[in-house]
Amino acid sequence: MTALVEQLKGGLEAPICLTWELTYACNLECVHCLSSSGRRDPRELTTDEAKAVLDELHDLQVFYINIGGGEPMIRRDFFELVEYSIARGIGVKFSTNGAFIDAEKARRLAAMDYLDIQISLDGTDADTNDAVRGDGSYATALRAMDHLRDAGFGPFKISVVVTRHNVDQLDEFKALADAYGAQLRITRLRPSGRGADTWHDLHPTNAQQRQIYDWLLAHGEHVLTGDSFFHLNALGDQNLPGLNLCGAGRVVCLIDPVGDVYACPFVIHDEFKAGSVRETGGFSRIWKQSDLFLGLREPQSAGACASCGSYDACQGGCMAAKFFTGLPLDGPDPECVGGEGELALSGQTAGSAPRPMMDHSKPPRVTPVALVRK
Amino acid sequence: MTTVDAPSALLDRALALHPQVALRPEPFGALAYHYDTRRLVFLKHPDVVRVVRALGSHETVAAALVACDISSDRFPAFERALMSLIESEMLCDRAG
Repeated sequence: MTALVEQLKGGLEAPICLTWELTYACNLECVHCLSSSGRRDPRELTTDEAKAVLDELHDLQVFYINIGGGEPMIRRDFFELVEYSIARGIGVKFSTNGAFIDAEKARRLAAMDYLDIQISLDGTDADTNDAVRGDGSYATALRAMDHLRDAGFGPFKISVVVTRHNVDQLDEFKALADAYGAQLRITRLRPSGRGADTWHDLHPTNAQQRQIYDWLLAHGEHVLTGDSFFHLNALGDQNLPGLNLCGAGRVVCLIDPVGDVYACPFVIHDEFKAGSVRETGGFSRIWKQSDLFLGLREPQSAGACASCGSYDACQGGCMAAKFFTGLPLDGPDPECVGGEGELALSGQTAGSAPRPMMDHSKPPRVTPVALVRK
Repeated sequence: MTTVDAPSALLDRALALHPQVALRPEPFGALAYHYDTRRLVFLKHPDVVRVVRALGSHETVAAALVACDISSDRFPAFERALMSLIESEMLCDRAG
């Protein structure tokens, strides 16, 4: 363990990786959406409130923010907020499904400095992608990528959530990114949001985890991961590139569309809610003084993992993955490569895992029923 | 074969923080973020942070080290740290 990782566990003056989901509204309804997005929340931050938060992040010297949603480009003030952020010295990386990037918007985006774009794509063919992200979403994403390339945006990112169905496409994703002059980003599937219901069918098998680890060792220098695969470090002597720790409340946090602050983007649940930017003291007080975040910066117990020789390598894995699969936080990750998570899950009572909160899914479509007069 | 800067040559150079780099104080030292390369570097010692901040207002690296009260037996360690910051483009040569 490096001294630096030990330092980071104690927290930073401000987050390095702050995710800000601007809206719960989305044109898509991906089955693994970690924020259960779909419909806008009437309590979402106003433009002025959002700008006040950006002022605060400027004062805290936050270098950049990761904007997401929902689909952030649905907000009418999307460009206004992005431009305000950049003008305040806060770089912007935003995630989008690409539906609102036409030729004109692509040119506007390409003209901005300190802006990175991630296009979400979960398959290198329409069948694989659309099964998770919805009909037509593959074509939509590729059209947006075409526009960005044609506008000379430069190296945008293609962001992939690795599942059991697309894990065999990693080479193809890399080739696709290369063809667009883009950079590939792959991240771990979490059982968060609507993912709580689909994780069991989508998450990579144990054999596939080895596949991801080997692939990242071979290509990791050129592929972004959000440092999300550190639980795989227990598979070998060599650590994957990036920070080997759970950053929740230490280097990472989430501001959700209504201004609530959570420990990370994958734990939208009251248990991990540290406060609201609307409260006195705003975001700074939450980051520096909230009981939740201060607690997460205390030394954490390895619990059931203490006797395992791999704990230093995997750090017990992902807090959110344990929480939403109903496993104790001081025990193995559900995807523990030693099989301990699988074992723990097998002994679990069905329905005992905590349910994600803040569900903004669209209501199920009602099939019209023919009225028949008797 | 490419020439590598000899440590003694580094001491004579005039360096500055790259204009696109911001420093943020942290308990362990500071974080340096490069807005162009999007690279983040941890400066893991408060003395390194002091020296990095001083570089721009001194004629040479050596003068900055002296001004920060760094004893000469520690110069080699600082040269290594500064070289790595040059490689990551956090520091650059000062024109003129």
